[in-house]
Amino acid sequence: MNSWANIKTITKRELAAYFSSPLAYIFIVIFLLLCGFFAFAVQPSLLDRGQASLAANFFFWHPWFYLFLVPAVGMRLWAEERRVGTIELLLTMPITAWQAIVGKFLASWLFLAVALAATFPIVITVNYLGSPDNGVIFAGYLGSWLMAGAYLAVSCITSALTRNQVVSFIISVVICLFLILAGFAPVINLLESWAKPGLVEAIASFSVITHFEGLQKGVLDSRDLIFFLSMIGFSLFCTSVILRGRRAG
Amino acid sequence: MIRVNNLTKFFGAKQAVDGISFAVDRGEVLGFLGPNGAGKSTTMRMITGFIPPTAGSITVGGFDMVEKPIPAKRLIGYLPENAPAYTDMTVHGFLNFAAEIRGLQGDARRKAVSRAVEMCFLEAVLHQSVETLSKGYRHRTCFAQSIIHDPDVLVLDEPTDGLDPNQKHEVRQLIRRMGEKKAIIFSTHILEEVDAVCSRAIIIDRGRIVANGTPQELRQKSEWAGAVTLRVNGLNAAALQQRLGQISAVKKTTVLKEDATSVTARAFPKSSANGTLAQSIADATQGWRIEEMHTEEGRLDEVFRSITMPDTAKRAEEKP
Repeated sequence: MNSWANIKTITKRELAAYFSSPLAYIFIVIFLLLCGFFAFAVQPSLLDRGQASLAANFFFWHPWFYLFLVPAVGMRLWAEERRVGTIELLLTMPITAWQAIVGKFLASWLFLAVALAATFPIVITVNYLGSPDNGVIFAGYLGSWLMAGAYLAVSCITSALTRNQVVSFIISVVICLFLILAGFAPVINLLESWAKPGLVEAIASFSVITHFEGLQKGVLDSRDLIFFLSMIGFSLFCTSVILRGRRAG
Repeated sequence: MIRVNNLTKFFGAKQAVDGISFAVDRGEVLGFLGPNGAGKSTTMRMITGFIPPTAGSITVGGFDMVEKPIPAKRLIGYLPENAPAYTDMTVHGFLNFAAEIRGLQGDARRKAVSRAVEMCFLEAVLHQSVETLSKGYRHRTCFAQSIIHDPDVLVLDEPTDGLDPNQKHEVRQLIRRMGEKKAIIFSTHILEEVDAVCSRAIIIDRGRIVANGTPQELRQKSEWAGAVTLRVNGLNAAALQQRLGQISAVKKTTVLKEDATSVTARAFPKSSANGTLAQSIADATQGWRIEEMHTEEGRLDEVFRSITMPDTAKRAEEKP
């Protein structure tokens, strides 16, 4: 249980670091503005559609919001430690690198959970206007958070690769863009025109969109959950390999 | 407490540390000297478990740093080069974090933080953000972090770098006091610090240990050690040199200064003289008007240069 205490200590510090900088608040405000704008101003809007559901007007956009916002949250995780040199303190403390990686990841993931939770007025709105299936909405939130975690884990890798936050940001945006486009309908259509159906399916199965769609509809498929969780696990493993490689010289 | 055996580190094809072995016991303060890029920081990073060695072994308090890093790291307090600290935290928050991650809880943690704050004179900036601190304060904040758990082993990479003379003095006092109960390794460029603080010093150059001994022993490696400097009235330089040359124990003499009334010269002993040169000169120079005469102890900076200079010069030639 000692390792959980260490992870908790790291997570607490990282969370405090987020909220001590204005960047966190700017991030949350931008996220909320985007959510509000795309839900109510982009046609057909949530109100026009006349459905007590958040899938089409709210969760549909999340993969695209996260494309830029999550790498912005994750870029500093390791790049900043390396730039300032505090990584040398952190990794000479009596903790394992794995505990540090998980602690840092959890802090950013919890931060994203806070941002996501701040969208609760939209849930109240649809509940006020109609009677949505709140179970479906919950599944959508869960899926959105898991997807954010997958993006974040990718950002962890790119952040460990460089001491420059901007480089980290750009690389993770590119990777996350691939994760979206692999399952984006227009791209799938394009692929189907020349590739075998099996190949198209294999490519699409790597996309966060494919796995997020089911959750948006309220389908808690264990395969989707496993996809997101294994992606997080694999990315964090890659991060630990990179960190070890960097230190070995 | 610390046993380093045949420690070697390659960065790619470049060898940074080449088979270093030494040991530090409780109650010892080991000074780490060497020119920039000699491998001091790399060695310290390996001892503290930040980077793994390519070959060789490190044990701290009996725990192998590669096999059992966690219990080994628990015994160490480490001040890295340039004293990094989380800039987004206050001094108090940072020290509290360091104490927490060292496993200190509740009352013990509060006591540890206030003790470290007191020892490093941080009261004035306790609730200030690390980002806004002056270099001296930031340095001491990181230093406080390294002693927060009262470790048995302290590894300090240039602990007095960037401090003003008063702060340097304070830190040296602190290191010497703590050195009575701990095993301490610290690196420095400042040779007077070695005299002030160390019980033993190691000079490393190009990844190898080139000298290892007490400051006194190192000084005796100086070619000045045992030389006699004297100032004589009423003689000119040539005459003085000639007369000194007649003394059997003198190997050679150099004239340091000559003015209208006096001449200052230094006589170097033959190896057989063995500390008796001053006596021989005094015996041989009855009737001279000697104003001043003393035996040189040898100087560390001169030893340092003579040991590391040939390599530095070679290195300059290697990259045309």
